Amino acid sequence: MFYICLLIAFSCFTFFFSKNYFKKQHIINRALVKATPNYYGICVTTWLLSILALTLIIIYLLDIESIEIFVTISLLLTLFCNIFLLKNLPKNFHPRKHIEKLFICLLKIISIISISITILIVLSILIEALRFFAEIPITNFLFGTKWNPQDASHGGDATHSFGAVAVFLGTFLITFIAIIIAVTFGIFSAIFLTEYASKKFRSYIKPILEILAGIPTVVYGYFAAFTVAPFLKLFLEKFGISMEAESALAAGIVMGIMIIPFVLSLSDDVIHSVPEQLRNASLGLGSTKSEMITKVVIPAAIPGISGAVLLAISRAIGETMIVTMAAGLNANMSFNPLDSVTTATAQIVTLLVGDQEFDSSKTLAAFALGITLFTITLILNLIALIIVKKYREKYE
Amino acid sequence: MSKQKIITSYSFKDFSLSEKYQKKLARRHFREKLLKISGLSAIIISCSFLLFLIFNILYKANGAFFTTYVRTPIYLDGNLIKKDDRDYLEKFRYRSVLLKSISNNYKEIHNNRRDKMRALNFFSKRADLDIRKFVLKNPDKIGEKVYIWLKASSKIDQYEKKNSKNLGDVHKLIYEKYFTPSDFKKKFNYTLFTKGDSTEPELAGIAAAFIGSIFTMVIFLLASFPLAVLLSLYLEEFAPKNKFSDLIEININNLAAIPSIIFGLLGLSIFINFFHMPRSSALVGGFTLSLMVLPTIVIATRNSIKSIPTSIKTAALGLGASKVQVALHHTLPLAMPGIFTGTILAVARALGETAPLIMIGMIAFIVDIPANFFDPTTVLPVQIYLWSNNPEIGFVEKTSAIILILLIFLILFNAVAIYFRNKYSQKW
Repeated sequence: MFYICLLIAFSCFTFFFSKNYFKKQHIINRALVKATPNYYGICVTTWLLSILALTLIIIYLLDIESIEIFVTISLLLTLFCNIFLLKNLPKNFHPRKHIEKLFICLLKIISIISISITILIVLSILIEALRFFAEIPITNFLFGTKWNPQDASHGGDATHSFGAVAVFLGTFLITFIAIIIAVTFGIFSAIFLTEYASKKFRSYIKPILEILAGIPTVVYGYFAAFTVAPFLKLFLEKFGISMEAESALAAGIVMGIMIIPFVLSLSDDVIHSVPEQLRNASLGLGSTKSEMITKVVIPAAIPGISGAVLLAISRAIGETMIVTMAAGLNANMSFNPLDSVTTATAQIVTLLVGDQEFDSSKTLAAFALGITLFTITLILNLIALIIVKKYREKYE
Repeated sequence: MSKQKIITSYSFKDFSLSEKYQKKLARRHFREKLLKISGLSAIIISCSFLLFLIFNILYKANGAFFTTYVRTPIYLDGNLIKKDDRDYLEKFRYRSVLLKSISNNYKEIHNNRRDKMRALNFFSKRADLDIRKFVLKNPDKIGEKVYIWLKASSKIDQYEKKNSKNLGDVHKLIYEKYFTPSDFKKKFNYTLFTKGDSTEPELAGIAAAFIGSIFTMVIFLLASFPLAVLLSLYLEEFAPKNKFSDLIEININNLAAIPSIIFGLLGLSIFINFFHMPRSSALVGGFTLSLMVLPTIVIATRNSIKSIPTSIKTAALGLGASKVQVALHHTLPLAMPGIFTGTILAVARALGETAPLIMIGMIAFIVDIPANFFDPTTVLPVQIYLWSNNPEIGFVEKTSAIILILLIFLILFNAVAIYFRNKYSQKW
């Protein structure tokens, strides 16, 4: 910590010293200075820092770890930069060009970092997943129907207790319920907002619906588990239908509500971008507004809307907190929305929470689920992006 | 006469040819109405979901900000407590005084240990602090029988608030026999805002989670803001149109749509297992969130930079500025309001994120308020998750309260963002 403070002090000193040096030079001899003194300051400081970094790495590689040597070397280098380098700068030296090259280099490095994030994600999860598949055959994982990791850790037959089908069935069941709700409400609202609503109404309603998108998922999860699920249970029991406390239905409904604004804003954009001529032509032929919407606008917007729905599906599949809190943890092979089902995301959470050992097949199974999830959402997103892009090109 | 006839012949009804068409027309108009009404009702239902959610939470959170105190006769035994020594008074364990008073007061209670402990549980586990406060304030009362307002335990608190209907036998006995309604009063619940987590609902607070959230947000901002701004500057101003730029572009769009839990797995395997950063610390949490929300800031920043008119850039270029100078001296400062708006929204998103933080172990039970970025921490949304999993009834209103606080912060952030957008947005 002390050393870092010292370094900062050294570089500040270098910066101001060289800046002032060139300020003086500027006053005495105009021809010498090629840029504002700030540039000289930055330039010399970056030199200092890069030389310092190099020497420190060399020292580190030589296995000398005493702070006194570090401090003396930095001090010497600072003095060297400030006295020797400043005096001996070449006559046609352009500090600005150097700095700008450096800046663009920095930008390029950052853009490479941004790409490396994706690569890191894929690699880090893939490596763990491969370790899992070394223990459990990939076919058993992809096509097995029994998911029981607890059983496996208690000495059961591990190779047959990681069947992802049971887990992903739950994921798709909940996603299905959520998408039905989100798409119905989202698209009808979008139609109303774009075609019928007045501008004032729109300006009030849109922010309100955007609040729905801004509410944290854990709040939705709490809502699903402690308000919607008991309510549904009470409601259905009046009709003599029994329901489990944790059910796919409650989780699906609340997830649907959560995705409404997402579908709404995407399809709103899509419907908006349908050209006005199409609408006018249809109205001119004598159709009512609803006929214009259902027979002209919607068919024209279908590719864009389906892209939006695909994106919504990928969001629903990846949603974690609602299902963890409201959908349950037993992997039932069931299509009944009133049953408790589990999802891939909920399983990842339960497999990794509290478990510290990192090489049991139980924890590694989470990574296998993760890479499957990643692949599914990636494919959905890419398809959606391509569809939306094509659609945009069609009307622009 | 004839003129009038002509006019009526143009009217709508006469034009309709037959009853068949009239019916069809009516059906068409009915469909029109149907679509309009269904669209409106879709919006109304979505909005009412929101209202229902908010009112539900408000209704449940209502009780959490107040906690019940009970006026109890306590005999401050002069033999136990030394009067003069203030240091001694501060360190004395007043629980013994409470226990003694209880066994003296409530004669009906069987003198076995279990029932005694149950009677003690009528009060909060830290009710001795209230006695201490009283004694330190009035040292001259030692040796007397005094009435002190003690914090009630969560069970009594919930019973008083009518959230639960059943009390244990011992508690019921004490409640009915020894206390009148005037012996109960509600005070503002300072504990909720000053203490960390606890297993007892009446002692649990959000301070640890709140500070943890702040630490995590600081790390998140430090890591993601410079990265996002420089990246979007590169993409908008310097990147050549080639495959590499396209790759970055696709990559960012994809990152935005990857499920958040995948970032949790990334944080777990990279930051914790590979770099061995401290588990469940604000440092790891902030880094994980910054990777996750980076695309959001990048997209906002790029839109903001895009909206700067080229005339400004060309003017600067024409005056002899270099490309870097144009970007740093003109484009970036002009785009700053938009960038800030995007960043505030991103912070709001990161503040509510739960799943990736659970993955990196922020789900720990944190009693102490974290002091630095390396301490084990929890954050507000994870605290919600933890408390909602707690079966004790006292935590229901606490959970709602913390949700309410989180929502207030989110709405605040959004309001600030909207204010920024309206105040500084320039139509070029």
